[in-house]
Amino acid sequence: MSATTTVNVKIPTPLRNFSQGRDLVPANGATVREVIDDLEKSCRGIRERVCEADGKIRSYVRVFVNDEDIRFLKAAETPVKAGDTVTILPAIAGGR
Amino acid sequence: MATFKEYIRQVKGQIREVTPDDVARRVQPSNGGGAPVVIDVREKDEYAQGFVPGATWIPRGFLEPKIEEAVPDKNREIVLYCAGGTRSALAAKALGDLGYANVVSMSGGFGKWKELGLPFAMPKILDERQTARYSRHVLIPEVGERGQLKLLDSKVLLIGAGGLGSPAAFYLAAAGVGRLGIVDSDVVDESNLQRQILHRTSGVGMPKTDSARQTLRDLNPSIDIVPFQTRLTKDNALDIVRAFDVVVDGCDNFSTRFLVNDACVFLKKPNVYGSIFRFEGQMTIFVPGEGPCYRCLYPEPTPAELAPSCQDAGCLGVLPGVIGILQATEAIKRLIGAGTSMAGRLLTYDALSLSFREYKIRRDPSCPVCGDSPTITKLVEYEESCATAPPRQ
Repeated sequence: MSATTTVNVKIPTPLRNFSQGRDLVPANGATVREVIDDLEKSCRGIRERVCEADGKIRSYVRVFVNDEDIRFLKAAETPVKAGDTVTILPAIAGGR
Repeated sequence: MATFKEYIRQVKGQIREVTPDDVARRVQPSNGGGAPVVIDVREKDEYAQGFVPGATWIPRGFLEPKIEEAVPDKNREIVLYCAGGTRSALAAKALGDLGYANVVSMSGGFGKWKELGLPFAMPKILDERQTARYSRHVLIPEVGERGQLKLLDSKVLLIGAGGLGSPAAFYLAAAGVGRLGIVDSDVVDESNLQRQILHRTSGVGMPKTDSARQTLRDLNPSIDIVPFQTRLTKDNALDIVRAFDVVVDGCDNFSTRFLVNDACVFLKKPNVYGSIFRFEGQMTIFVPGEGPCYRCLYPEPTPAELAPSCQDAGCLGVLPGVIGILQATEAIKRLIGAGTSMAGRLLTYDALSLSFREYKIRRDPSCPVCGDSPTITKLVEYEESCATAPPRQ
């Protein structure tokens, strides 16, 4: 278990009420799925906003490891390494 | 010391001349890659009166500094012409001195060409007022007179005359984009004025399209403003979008975003996307056939209860200024064909940390609208997703 791998998770503005307003939250895990599970411990409620019940990333939320969309890697099973930035990027529609 | 006449005679002895009839035969489109490069070396006022179709215009005074960019291959055949064949003879000698091995001068020049009844084209050039107004564009090689003419000939559709549409419209109008369409069904409200800089306190209560037109007319009276005082719907979107070259999406709800995207995919129009939330913005350009579309990024709208709009979320007034201007920048680049496209890159901006980030975005082969087997083949509308419900805790 590589729970010692620590990454920074970039929390988007619409979800910062789950992170006590923080924009960058450290989390542990060897894959994106593990990172999000760990993130849930410090940001209770965020997982449900990012993932379906089965752990799949919701269709209106994108997750990037550094600058790569994990859908084009191994989705939630995409491995991460220490120091990576995991960005959660939900769709936003505002323009006015 | 030789007189000018003697000098010209000497020069003509050192160069090769061809007749206008020869040139006309050689530049036939059927001649394809074998056709020579034809360069018009006359001054602007002469060029304005007509030119040999397909010719590149480089005034004599700029020929040496510009020729290597215009014709990098020194063995390429070049035909030079002026009004009567004298300046082009001198120019041919100069290019010979620069190492161009295959240069000819057209004897009799454009005067003879016209006299023989050969076809000629009328150039599009900036008039005196346009030259003055857009001089700072014309001075940049990446824009130049050619780029400015493209802008003047371009049609951009703005979806929304709000936070994003305001700064975008301002700069597109200032840049001389020939026609600006503006889609907005709303009227100006006092609470808009904190960020929607197209509108004025005196315009509160006025349709935004009217208010926008008034402001933009004042800025640049020579461009055409086409107001569409309506919401974009599945019934009108294709007809509205069809008449424009580039769309700048500054709407405020998911349903319209998907409509704009799908219409642009169906009509193959570049869609310059921007969206904002509180103090965070995103922008990119979706170019059908060249990169992903909005649905490749987000296949479906966010459920209404999870999608607070700007209205309930609030928005730092200057934020749409930054994103809207980036959208205008990308639209202008696209129109003049300059720079590196944002296609395939999503830019995010966080005003609080004043930081930009870029993410790679890709065309999704399973995209429901631009993928390999699309499931969405006509426009659809979604339930209004600007819910007022606060985000769930």
